[in-house]
Amino acid sequence: MRILRLLGVGWLYHMKMISRSPFEGFGQVIYPLFFATVAFFVFRAGDSPRTLLYASLGAAVMGMWSATSTTAGAAMQRERWHGTLELLVGTPPHFALVLLPVTLAMATVGIYSLGATLLYGHFLFGIPLTIEHPLLFAAAILGTVLSFGALGFVFAVTFVRFRAAWALGNLFEYPVWLIGGFLVPLALFPDWVRPISWALAPTWGMNAIRQAALGGSSLDDLLACAGLGALYVGLGILLTERVLRSARVRASLSLS
Amino acid sequence: MAVVEAQDLHRTYRTHTGTLRRRVKEIEAVRGVSFDIEKGELFGLLGPNGAGKTTTIKMLITLLIPTAGSARVLGYDVVKDAREVRKRIGYVFGGERGVYERLSGYDNLRYFAELYGVPGKMQKQRIEELLELVGLKGREHERAEGYSRGMKQRLHVARGLLHDPEVLFLDEPTIGLDPVGARELRATIASLTDAGKTILLTTHYMFEADALCDRIAVISKGNIVAEGTPRQLKSRVESGSVTEVEVYGVPDETVERLRKLEGVLAVWVEEREQAQVLSVQTRADIQLTAAILGHLNGANVGRVSHREPTLEDAYVALVTAE
Repeated sequence: MRILRLLGVGWLYHMKMISRSPFEGFGQVIYPLFFATVAFFVFRAGDSPRTLLYASLGAAVMGMWSATSTTAGAAMQRERWHGTLELLVGTPPHFALVLLPVTLAMATVGIYSLGATLLYGHFLFGIPLTIEHPLLFAAAILGTVLSFGALGFVFAVTFVRFRAAWALGNLFEYPVWLIGGFLVPLALFPDWVRPISWALAPTWGMNAIRQAALGGSSLDDLLACAGLGALYVGLGILLTERVLRSARVRASLSLS
Repeated sequence: MAVVEAQDLHRTYRTHTGTLRRRVKEIEAVRGVSFDIEKGELFGLLGPNGAGKTTTIKMLITLLIPTAGSARVLGYDVVKDAREVRKRIGYVFGGERGVYERLSGYDNLRYFAELYGVPGKMQKQRIEELLELVGLKGREHERAEGYSRGMKQRLHVARGLLHDPEVLFLDEPTIGLDPVGARELRATIASLTDAGKTILLTTHYMFEADALCDRIAVISKGNIVAEGTPRQLKSRVESGSVTEVEVYGVPDETVERLRKLEGVLAVWVEEREQAQVLSVQTRADIQLTAAILGHLNGANVGRVSHREPTLEDAYVALVTAE
């Protein structure tokens, strides 16, 4: 109970901070518009409502991923600039419990990004929003957002130790758009890319969302996505103590 | 058992120089610091910038791992039992950083109350009490980005006290505050010792340490160079007199020669704007002005004056001694 409240309060205050940032707010308005436009112009040649929805969903998850991968690094960088990283590390809870709400807040912004992209696509370009299995669709979004948060958490753990790791978050942004199959089907890529795709929760989350929306079976994909998310959280927790000890040895916590 | 025990603490930082040919440079920030702080005591760590005060305090609050030596707080080892130490201590850093600017003062405190495990039912009351204590009542719902430096500093103090810790570490808490704000904060610190808290205060203001601390350790270049009550430290300088000479470019060899003069107790040089001020503390029964000026032959000499020694002289002499 105490842990849940700690996660909830942390999530609430980090959401408050994100919502009050003019820079991040502006990005959240512009990015979904950009992604929806790209999806429409890339796929309109197909001229099929299902293809357009397929593309629109891909664009929506692109926005969700961008909101998580790039901002997890930025969030840690912000903690360094504000001098609050040391304060957080100096509190009694396991640091994973302090860090998880930060990345979950980022992933929540991703849900907004997903919704905004779909709505922009619908109202500006007339992309249909017919969801075949609404409940499974909602579950797929929730599972995907949590797994994104979990992956952002692993990133954030490394950002605590390595100051320059925020740039790595940016580096991951575009390749995952491709190898996660967000816009282009995975079948178009060489065989050696596939194992990498399978190790990424976003790939399975994307599949689950598409299957639920377009009428396929999304449960297996959703389970794979959730399983990988849980694996990321476990890995992050294992890494946290080692990373923090290393940061305390190298005196890198106070550096900005 | 002492509440805080530091045993031969060392801390070395590794830094890099150069871009293409990167070289590792090691800096010894703390070189064997030992002290004990008893329950209810306000212990001052006094020293100039870069003396090793913050590094020492960061080792004690578990944010840095000592390169060598050990430290215990309330019986818990700061490396092995870091979480147990964190539950029982509060700390306050000086300066404006360490505040979530986009949150209100109240939200900052609420978040840290949760992190420090203050029970939900008690949080509101505790935060209200602390806002009253630090004088932020009425401004708590404004975003912290609009707070003055002094208000942010007081918010730091409130944050450090949220979980009613037994031991408090205050790292230059009055730095950058205006005189009135600093005086109010010192009054708050004094009231905390009255409430039975054990406090380690770092400062580079002699008068602050003198006014607040039961005991003071003077730290310079990573070593403790003197330790005692303010009275004991003052007794080092109660006799003798200080000759101050305004000079422009006094060589180190001259300072060394002056130190060796019969009757000289301490010599130090301070930079003041364009000039340097050479201070020579001598025994009261000896008049050395002519000898001092004789050694300065060749240097540009300005005003010469004599005065009684102060506690600050003891501090400056300690921290500038080679």
